[in-house]
Amino acid sequence: MSFFRVENLGIRFGGVVAVDGVSFEVKKGEVFTIIGPNGAGKTTIFNLVCLIYPPDTGRVVFEGREITGLAPHRVAELGIARTFQNIELFEHATVLQNLLIGRHRHRRTRFWQDLLFTPAVREAELAQREAVERVIDFLELAKYRDSLVAGLPYGVRKVVELGRALATEPRLLLLDEPSSGLNPEETDDMAFWIEDIKKQLGITVLMVEHDMNLVSRVSDRVLALNEGRPIAEGTPAEVQSHPAVVEAYLGAA
Amino acid sequence: MTDLAQLLVAGISTGCVYALVALGFVLIYKATETVNFAQGDLMMLGAFFALTSSTVFGWPYWATIVFAAAVMAVVGMTVERIVIRPVLGHPAFTVVMITIGVGYVMRGIVTMVPGWGTETYQIPTPFAEAVWTAGGVVLPVQQLAVIAMTAALCAVLYVFFRFTRIGIAMQATSQNQLAAYYMGIPVRRVNMMIWGLSAAVAAFAGILLAPVTFVHSNMGFIGLKAFPAAVVGGFGSVPGAIVGGLIIGVVEALAGYYLPEGFKDVAAYVVVLLVLMLRPSGLFGETMRKKV
Repeated sequence: MSFFRVENLGIRFGGVVAVDGVSFEVKKGEVFTIIGPNGAGKTTIFNLVCLIYPPDTGRVVFEGREITGLAPHRVAELGIARTFQNIELFEHATVLQNLLIGRHRHRRTRFWQDLLFTPAVREAELAQREAVERVIDFLELAKYRDSLVAGLPYGVRKVVELGRALATEPRLLLLDEPSSGLNPEETDDMAFWIEDIKKQLGITVLMVEHDMNLVSRVSDRVLALNEGRPIAEGTPAEVQSHPAVVEAYLGAA
Repeated sequence: MTDLAQLLVAGISTGCVYALVALGFVLIYKATETVNFAQGDLMMLGAFFALTSSTVFGWPYWATIVFAAAVMAVVGMTVERIVIRPVLGHPAFTVVMITIGVGYVMRGIVTMVPGWGTETYQIPTPFAEAVWTAGGVVLPVQQLAVIAMTAALCAVLYVFFRFTRIGIAMQATSQNQLAAYYMGIPVRRVNMMIWGLSAAVAAFAGILLAPVTFVHSNMGFIGLKAFPAAVVGGFGSVPGAIVGGLIIGVVEALAGYYLPEGFKDVAAYVVVLLVLMLRPSGLFGETMRKKV
């Protein structure tokens, strides 16, 4: 049984074929990256995988179960978490509160228990807080713990979003351009986090990324897309030197 | 001095009703970015359900409150599911017009129901005509009860939003729907529950207002006063709605007593103009400064 598989995925918006016949497989424990020039359909694939809209053709299979057609809020409980290219945080909440919402799917206490704050609730809250503190330690967010997200610099918010995704304890983590908007130093940090997420936490990562430095540093395998179609797949070095990829990025010689 | 004290209590008690209706506006606005102009009519409908349970079923006052709030929660959720959800994503103007239409329909239905109609009714309360005297100040128990019950409801709502799973999910949904989805929050169902909560709060407000304006099919027009209250508080802020309601209530009471006749009705709007001039985002509004 494959861990995560996309089969013959396709979608069109009006007359534009955004994604056409894309298939790939992500193995447990690896970092799999989708690259491609602007408009290649990378983010669209992400949105299809996250069930924002249903595909016209094909299916998405996670841990042997077809997930296409499920409501988007079911994705988290399956064990899939994602970040967004343009950061989608709860702006008027603190970093800690944002991470705690990541624990939503792990919260089991009942309404009346919550209202009365019974001992069971207290115990559960402590456990949630502990799980969040582990993420805070892992990503070194301690000094921002009680800051409002709206006031934080872009680079930190990017890490907070990563933290919130980790707080859901996913088995598959989807990163949509983790380096976009980051300076070279922050991108370097991001590469470390991604490596640690893979090695220390054992979480499988599927990402879309532009920065080829970051891609070749952290990815085990790379899929290159152009105009909604796969053009090459393999190790970062193989894909980068593939003639079709060179042509897609630089134009025909 | 005694006049002032009595006016303040009267103003605060009216302000409580404005505050609760404004709270309904704000909850729905934050969740679905829709201004629900049927809020006043939800309140009216809630008062009629309370009336029926009180006069027809003969239930005690407290039971009528619970009954009306529960029925209205179902009504609110039904309205969201059947009328509002299909048009979400259309221009805000479309949705607003539909809520105005929903208000008209509710008023129409109420006049057609046997036993409701266009008459004016009274809901018996345990406070009736009792007064409470302290050092020359005569305060109707009715008004004090309204204030106490509003405070109690606010406390319950605070605990609800702060500690319960669904309350926190509601807050998350109103801040960022996309992110809420990927935290595993069923955003649509949560929005439906927000409509239910908002309608239940409106029913509560209707019952509190009943002794003042009596119950009739047009009592929902008080929404026109609650709307400025929400604006003063900075549309989108729950504490702002409460404070805004109290301010409008008190200013209205004072204007009615100290200023020439007629000022009472425009006082709310004068307050809105002043607040918007001094603090365009309202008293508790989130000031959005764009970083450049």
